[in-house]
Amino acid sequence: MAAAEAYPAQPAAAVTVRPPRLPLSDYLRVGALLAASVAAAIGCAALLLSVTGSSPATVFRAMVSGSVGSRVALTATLNHTGPILLVALGTLVAARSGLLNIGQEGQISIGALFGAAVGLAVQAPRGITLFVILATAAVAGAIWASLASLLRFTRGGSEVITTLLLNFVGFQVVSLAVNRPWLLQEDLPEGSVLSASPQSNPLPPAGHLPTLAQGPGFRLNSGIILAAGLALVLAFLLARTRWGFELRTVGLNPRAARRSGVSPALVGSGALAISGALAGLAGGVLLAGTAFRVNDGFSNNYGWEGLLAALVAGSVTLAVVPSSLLFGALRAGSGVLAATGVSPTIVGAVQALVVLAVTLPLLYLNRRRLRALVQRTGLSRT
Amino acid sequence: MGAPMIDNITLIVDSSVRIAATLLFAALGELVAERAGTLNISVEGAMLSSAFAAAYGSHATGSAYYGFLIGVAVGIVVSLMQANLSHRVRVNQFVTGLILNLLAIGVTSFLLAEVKMAPVQFGLVRIPGLASIPIIGDALFEQRAPFFLLYGLVPLVWWVLKRSRWGLELHAVGENPQAADANGIPVDVRRRQAIYFGGLLAGISGAYLSVGLIGAFTPNMTALRGFIAIAAVIFGGWTLSGTVAGTLLFGGAEALRVSLPALGVTITPQVLIALPYLAAIAAIAVLSQRRRQPAALGKTFRRGIT
Repeated sequence: MAAAEAYPAQPAAAVTVRPPRLPLSDYLRVGALLAASVAAAIGCAALLLSVTGSSPATVFRAMVSGSVGSRVALTATLNHTGPILLVALGTLVAARSGLLNIGQEGQISIGALFGAAVGLAVQAPRGITLFVILATAAVAGAIWASLASLLRFTRGGSEVITTLLLNFVGFQVVSLAVNRPWLLQEDLPEGSVLSASPQSNPLPPAGHLPTLAQGPGFRLNSGIILAAGLALVLAFLLARTRWGFELRTVGLNPRAARRSGVSPALVGSGALAISGALAGLAGGVLLAGTAFRVNDGFSNNYGWEGLLAALVAGSVTLAVVPSSLLFGALRAGSGVLAATGVSPTIVGAVQALVVLAVTLPLLYLNRRRLRALVQRTGLSRT
Repeated sequence: MGAPMIDNITLIVDSSVRIAATLLFAALGELVAERAGTLNISVEGAMLSSAFAAAYGSHATGSAYYGFLIGVAVGIVVSLMQANLSHRVRVNQFVTGLILNLLAIGVTSFLLAEVKMAPVQFGLVRIPGLASIPIIGDALFEQRAPFFLLYGLVPLVWWVLKRSRWGLELHAVGENPQAADANGIPVDVRRRQAIYFGGLLAGISGAYLSVGLIGAFTPNMTALRGFIAIAAVIFGGWTLSGTVAGTLLFGGAEALRVSLPALGVTITPQVLIALPYLAAIAAIAVLSQRRRQPAALGKTFRRGIT
């Protein structure tokens, strides 16, 4: 007990020291480092492509035209960005309180599952059905994430490992539900064969997200508006309210927080619940915006991508908007890659390389800031 | 209880042990890494990369043995990245692990789609005499060659963790890095070395999976086995015997999931798939964590009183 308290967990993902202003040379150095490491990441991907006999230039052009090249492409990018942004916001809230939630894949699945269950059961007017679906999805995601905070704050089990393990349990819960006729499995006409990938019935139109724009081959849903609105709200709450301040206090120094009357367990489990709620909501948006059914493998990497988008954004809340857009665009771009004869799985490698390329300069920036802070305040680091 | 029944039991035991062996290689390495304080989730990525490298290596060299060695080398390369990013540059270890896992799945799936290969598989090795023992004989003494490494590795890991100076230092580094540091033990160096050992064993595990057990490489073929190995270490309360028991239990669950439907028994496969994770979560809930888990597990070491 004593040992655990003497060395409190460090802030999990993004170190959120209030940044002192650094000399311009430091920013230039970070910028150069960033440019160099992003170039190295792209170079690695290009190398991988040329070694296997594909043309990096062709792939790059296909990715660009598939993500921003047309109205169909832009719609795909924005439809992917909505859920990714929601997940990223959730990751960020937890990270501010020093907790690393990596269970978004499971929270998305559970959110969508319960959203679908409710959406298929209720008979209500349009607005109410949709609201009930999204609210249920958020609550289900929050409860799923709270299992991890229960273990964290009563048993001391690392929330990282429990959220990770709960992903795999969540997948099986969804799989169980869509494989059982008495649960959510699709009703099929007599005699027809069950599809290879079992799924639920489609949501009634009353449960679909409103359409912002549509045309031949595309339909832009309003998930992106919901996500962007929540990004603004959260940026304000985190920076300007008592709750945001408490969150940061707990994240930076749980002992100091406890001494000043802020309960790390209470604030932390609240943050994890909100984190799960946002991931669950992302599941609801995927369900009501594009998929309309739940199936095996529903979360389909949206959770990991949102998590990575949050890591790229670092300590600046609103930076999750451009980073989620980047991941949405990569995802949309990968959708058209197969047509060029190159396996779209390369995009997964590119995503990992990009995150690595951005993580290292951010780390360096944080080091410099910490050093500046130490010098300015005269605090010793030892 | 006729002869077919005995045959079925023999088959299920055999398949449990084969699956458990894959898990156990990885879990032994993960146990050592976790004792030193790193919850190394890139074990999945290391296994996947080495499974691919072993399959491709055996195709390129025409030898399962060379393929196996190439696979193990790639496992070590992944652990080099994990160790140096998390315990030299000090990127958060879970973030590093996630990135490496995604990188591994992206690169191996991409390469698999782009290259054609016909991997070479290890042949079955039968220990005369011992393999004739009823029920467990086949399972323990007639397997693909790398399987038999386990008979050396399990005692080795026991000796390393309990008797060697290096192992005791790992223990100190995982329990109280500040005290270890004050006593002159290089914390980050020991942690990196423990991860290299984990990479070696994850490499063996992945290579055994592709050129030993299956004789082919398929996209994402490790299918979360790295995470099941982590679950086994947690389930086993960070002890060697518990880890071995965990891998046998989880291997058995998978063997039953595959074989029971073939025997006409109706099962709920989802429960068996989720079993390792549920067991690990239950272990976290039930075990007295503050005593069992290495106290500094998952925490980056920074010198001085933080």
